[in-house]
Amino acid sequence: MKLLDAAAALTTPVLPEEYLAYVNPLWATRQPRGRVEAVVPETPDAGAQPEGHGVGFPRTHVPGQYVRVGVDVEGVRHWRTYSLTSVPGRPDRRFAITVKAAPEGRVSEQLVRRTRVGDVVRLAPPAGEFVLPTPLDGPLLFVTAGSGVTPVMGMLRALVARGPLPDIAHVHLSPTRPEAIFGDELRRLAHAHPRLSLHEHHDDADGRFDLATLGERVPDWRERHAWACGPAGLLDALTAHYTAEGLSERLHLEHFAPVVAAGPVGTGGRVRFLASGLEVEADGATPILVAGEAGGALLPSGCRMGICHTCVGRLCSGAVRDLRTRELHDTPDALVRTCVSAAAGPVEIDL
Amino acid sequence: MSPTPIDHLTPDDLDAIGAEFDAIRDEVAADLGEADAAYIRRVIAVQRALEVGGRASLMVGLLPPAWFAGTALLSAGKILENMELGHNIMHGQWDWMRDPEIHSTTWEWDNVSASEGWKKSHNVEHHSYTNIVGKDRDLGYTLLRLDPEQPWKPAHLAQPIYNIALAAFFEWGIALYDLEVDEARKGRKPWKRVASDAGRLLRKARKQVVKDYVVWPLLSGPSALPALAGSATANVARNVWTHTIIFCGHFPDGAETFDFDPAELDSESRGAWYVRQLLGSCNIEGPPLLHMASGNLSFQVEHHLFPDLPSNRYAEVAPRVREVCERYGLPYVSGPLHRQYGQVVRKIARMALPGGATQAEPALEPASESRPVALAA
Repeated sequence: MKLLDAAAALTTPVLPEEYLAYVNPLWATRQPRGRVEAVVPETPDAGAQPEGHGVGFPRTHVPGQYVRVGVDVEGVRHWRTYSLTSVPGRPDRRFAITVKAAPEGRVSEQLVRRTRVGDVVRLAPPAGEFVLPTPLDGPLLFVTAGSGVTPVMGMLRALVARGPLPDIAHVHLSPTRPEAIFGDELRRLAHAHPRLSLHEHHDDADGRFDLATLGERVPDWRERHAWACGPAGLLDALTAHYTAEGLSERLHLEHFAPVVAAGPVGTGGRVRFLASGLEVEADGATPILVAGEAGGALLPSGCRMGICHTCVGRLCSGAVRDLRTRELHDTPDALVRTCVSAAAGPVEIDL
Repeated sequence: MSPTPIDHLTPDDLDAIGAEFDAIRDEVAADLGEADAAYIRRVIAVQRALEVGGRASLMVGLLPPAWFAGTALLSAGKILENMELGHNIMHGQWDWMRDPEIHSTTWEWDNVSASEGWKKSHNVEHHSYTNIVGKDRDLGYTLLRLDPEQPWKPAHLAQPIYNIALAAFFEWGIALYDLEVDEARKGRKPWKRVASDAGRLLRKARKQVVKDYVVWPLLSGPSALPALAGSATANVARNVWTHTIIFCGHFPDGAETFDFDPAELDSESRGAWYVRQLLGSCNIEGPPLLHMASGNLSFQVEHHLFPDLPSNRYAEVAPRVREVCERYGLPYVSGPLHRQYGQVVRKIARMALPGGATQAEPALEPASESRPVALAA
């Protein structure tokens, strides 16, 4: 590193890595990169991308965490967060994410359908609080739906690798059996490990999932710490169910879509980004992040649903409305999440 | 008053022109994509290769062929970096890619002036007040008299000479110019800001000087002196070239200057703004290599109409702009490099002396009731 600092005198105004990246793109440190080492189809619409990663990227993560991935779609850089589904700390420093192609999802479409071995993506370090405690305290319940299985799969694989497996009940919902992400692997695991009981629910065969049936499938669910990831409807129902039973501290949730509150749309306003001096007009339903990106501002972004805090900016003047709660924030110097906040009148933000 | 190029336009015409140029802009902006991103990355890769090739050759610069090759490669690299990359990226032409490595807020160019100061004096002031006498400081860079409306001073007698020095040391000229000492003297800029800008300039310039004249020569061992001479030659070559291109952008014959109160700018319509940019800019005709080496500032007209459209798109936009000009009877100034530069040199020589032919100035307000023109409509 000392050597690179000295070499900067030769390459100023750019850094040596600007040149080194032509030799190996993974040598870039300012913006760590990963190279796609394999693309594994999981279901017709989902695939895993085991990726090797470069200098400046942590060697390991905690199962359940996500990683931010930056890809270029039609020339424009987009960032999304994806759960890590591989066992942490592999000697070859590879990791895997599992992506489900969402309809209209530009980034997920690109990753699932157009990514090839050798492609280079941008990465940001793993993060996220949806992780198991160490040591585990008692039996576990996993409730997952669709691609919500991905962080839990990361946990399961790590638990299996570590062994012996704790007592786990896993309720996994999917529209059909073939569409069940990791369906085969989960069935194999459940077959091999008697302490893992798998309860699959397929909407086409079993109808709409009713939480009231949880007690039939997992009679001792109250004794288990629950980890759930899926669409907002499922998570809301779980929250209500656990709250009604007075067990809400046993429930741990991970959203994968923004939860937007219903209600009248605010007025919006002019947003000024202080770092670039750029000003954009934003309506009351559009996150400040989206409005800024459309105007060409270089803004940090991550999960785009108010969880990862990558996109926060200091509010210098004006007010913003949280699109999830409809709450108004106008405290000067408050840190606002631009991905779930819309302008409420003119706003200045230190980004 | 003598007739001006826009006498025949009504406010409605100006609005229609504004709508046509807006439509061209929107169409190109909507079409930007992977091919454009690949283009700018390719230019960056070529620039890095020129730089590496140039430095490597100069390290063995004791051999004359290596010195000539190295100096030529480095000159080309510096020109490409300042023009097609630095100038255009700092304009925000590539911000739509949202790549922090190719973005107006992060790009630092291979030039002694720091990008931050340059962006303000260039993007904000020159592009807002293009060719307004007394407001666009780029009109002669506060050193040269280039318009009869600018007051003559005896020092201007020497301007044909000091213009040559300005060309050779253009990057230093621009760096000092960005400090706006003239503005501070007039009380329009606090001296404190001049001092902090000067600090930034010194920090940037020191790194540049150390790289070009100390570190690379020292690394070249026995070829230290040739390496130093190569760096210096490349910097001067880049300076002379950028000076030439930039002077050909606004100062040849046919480029209009404007004489009105900047306060009136607030009421300037979109169409009137476009027409002012159009009338104040001149294109250079030549082969694709000339366009590339000039950072597509050979399409100065298109650049001033659409300063934040990526430069690789100016060539395709130019015929459409020319067609709009023909339809509305507007001048579109364009000519080969030697002719445009000849006119610039002639103007510098003529304006060294007092007086000078006054061109008809397009006025903001209708000169009389009978004239159906209002640029400020």
